[in-house]
Amino acid sequence: MTEAVAVHGAVEPAETPLTPESWGKLGMWLFLAGDAMSFGCLIVGYGIVRYASKTWPVPSVVLGINLTALMTFLLIVSSVTMVLGLAALQEGDRPRFKKFMGLTILGGLIFLGLQAYEWTHLITHTLPEHNLSFSKDLFATTFFVLTGFHGMHVTGGVIYNACVLAAVSRGRYQAKHVEIAGLYWHFVDLVWILIFTFVYLL
Amino acid sequence: MSSTTHSHPNYLRIFWILLVLTIVEVGITYLGLPKMLLAALLVTLAVWKASLVAMHFMHLKFEKKTLTIVAIAPFVLCVFLILMLLPDIFPR
Repeated sequence: MTEAVAVHGAVEPAETPLTPESWGKLGMWLFLAGDAMSFGCLIVGYGIVRYASKTWPVPSVVLGINLTALMTFLLIVSSVTMVLGLAALQEGDRPRFKKFMGLTILGGLIFLGLQAYEWTHLITHTLPEHNLSFSKDLFATTFFVLTGFHGMHVTGGVIYNACVLAAVSRGRYQAKHVEIAGLYWHFVDLVWILIFTFVYLL
Repeated sequence: MSSTTHSHPNYLRIFWILLVLTIVEVGITYLGLPKMLLAALLVTLAVWKASLVAMHFMHLKFEKKTLTIVAIAPFVLCVFLILMLLPDIFPR
């Protein structure tokens, strides 16, 4: 019996055309698919609430889009530095990887700083000027829930990236681990592209 | 398969495309286009940008189909979600 299993296992390595190359990558993708559902529900819910409301402020007037366009640019740049860092590590260039990973983390931190500035300005100045408040107006509620949920993802991503940088520096992580962290970071960038469009521009 | 993952896409080219698309997105909001046209353009641009990130930065273009199926699943489910909620959006 055990012999048969052993022989069987040796003959057929249980590979199908759909067997992933990397289980770690598949795991991250499954997590991201679930996470995408969370964001999807929030964005769809936002759309329905907005459509069903009799009045809705023009987002670009209340929120302003110049600062946010800069934040979008920042996240795209940090995605690029992430892939360049990964490419450097795959070629074995660790100093170059550290430089690019450091820039990626810095980009995330600046993004969070700008978001904190934006929120503060909105809460203390812009919202009262437009007679809006977080607790009374769905416009403000949906805005803070959506951008806040995303901001927490950026925070998590910065911590994750910092841990990966430290682990690579100690020689415990290789390029394949960085690639998985990269998937998460690009996903956060991707979601921001959608939020920028649906919440700020539309 | 692993040989294709190591031939990198031209990341900087993707960056410039993303940058231009972002500028176009912001630019067209100032044109005063009809609301529906503007919405359609913005959503198209956003989906275009998002798929560029997924295909090139997340290497979906160079992976096995498994990951693409996983990646597309939530979008299909979101379409179902919208369809299920349509009676609430358009009552009667």
